[in-house]
Amino acid sequence: MIRLLASYCVGLIFGVGIIISGMANPAKVLNFFDIAGFWDPSLAFVMGGALLTTALGYRFVLKWRAPAFESAFSLPTRKNIDTSLVAGSATFGVGWGISGFCPGAAIPALGMMRIEVFLFMGALIAGILTARLLQRARADLAAAN
Amino acid sequence: METAFTPLQSLGGGVLIGLAAVLSMALLGRIMGATGVMAGFFSPTGLIDWSWRAALIAGMVSAPLVIFALTGSRPDIAVPVSSSALLIGGFIVGLGVTYGSGCTSGHGVCGMARFSPRSIVATQVFMVACFATVFIIRHVVGG
Repeated sequence: MIRLLASYCVGLIFGVGIIISGMANPAKVLNFFDIAGFWDPSLAFVMGGALLTTALGYRFVLKWRAPAFESAFSLPTRKNIDTSLVAGSATFGVGWGISGFCPGAAIPALGMMRIEVFLFMGALIAGILTARLLQRARADLAAAN
Repeated sequence: METAFTPLQSLGGGVLIGLAAVLSMALLGRIMGATGVMAGFFSPTGLIDWSWRAALIAGMVSAPLVIFALTGSRPDIAVPVSSSALLIGGFIVGLGVTYGSGCTSGHGVCGMARFSPRSIVATQVFMVACFATVFIIRHVVGG
């Protein structure tokens, strides 16, 4: 129960930060990326504030033997920079530039009950599930050979 | 459409995003990445794994309501793109973050904060791709 409450609070703080910062506002996000147009540098402050806070906090927390409510940290272990990482990230950047939403910004924006956010989220989920199917099909094919 | 430059609000919001990332690590031992949270939400390994993801997503979705309750003002956004751009963009983002194993929160904040080489590369690539896409849409195609 305490884990669920902790998860809820983490999500809430994240969501409030996303909304206050302007990350969930596609007009602002797209203007950050539009240096040749109505450039709005606000998002650099979002990234700066988030990155600095996280880097400082991680330095402290990752020295612990374990997190408060789990027996161990679950950190990503992959180190290799492969085609999937680079091509996937490039693809994500294109979609972000087309729509103005990234996943972590769209989820809190759902709570504003606007049709635009639901359209984006529906398509996002379809994209995630399609990629999963393709990845699985490719793994099955590799296993069969 | 012009938007107001909001350095203080954006910095404050960014610090809260960072605080959530640190708390996620301190309490749950996990990276606060929207892609990772959603991936396990749609194909969970069990009820326990699914339930914390559901609670985290519920926290995120309730943020606008909580802001309204605390401040009395309803947070709002402006979406300067068409429905088809949202649908096409959303689908492309879904493909990209799944193959790229993360998005702005997972790679751009948490991964960069751990100085992960994969996340540093991913973040540079998606930022450059986004700059290029917006430039092409607004100044090459859109004119």
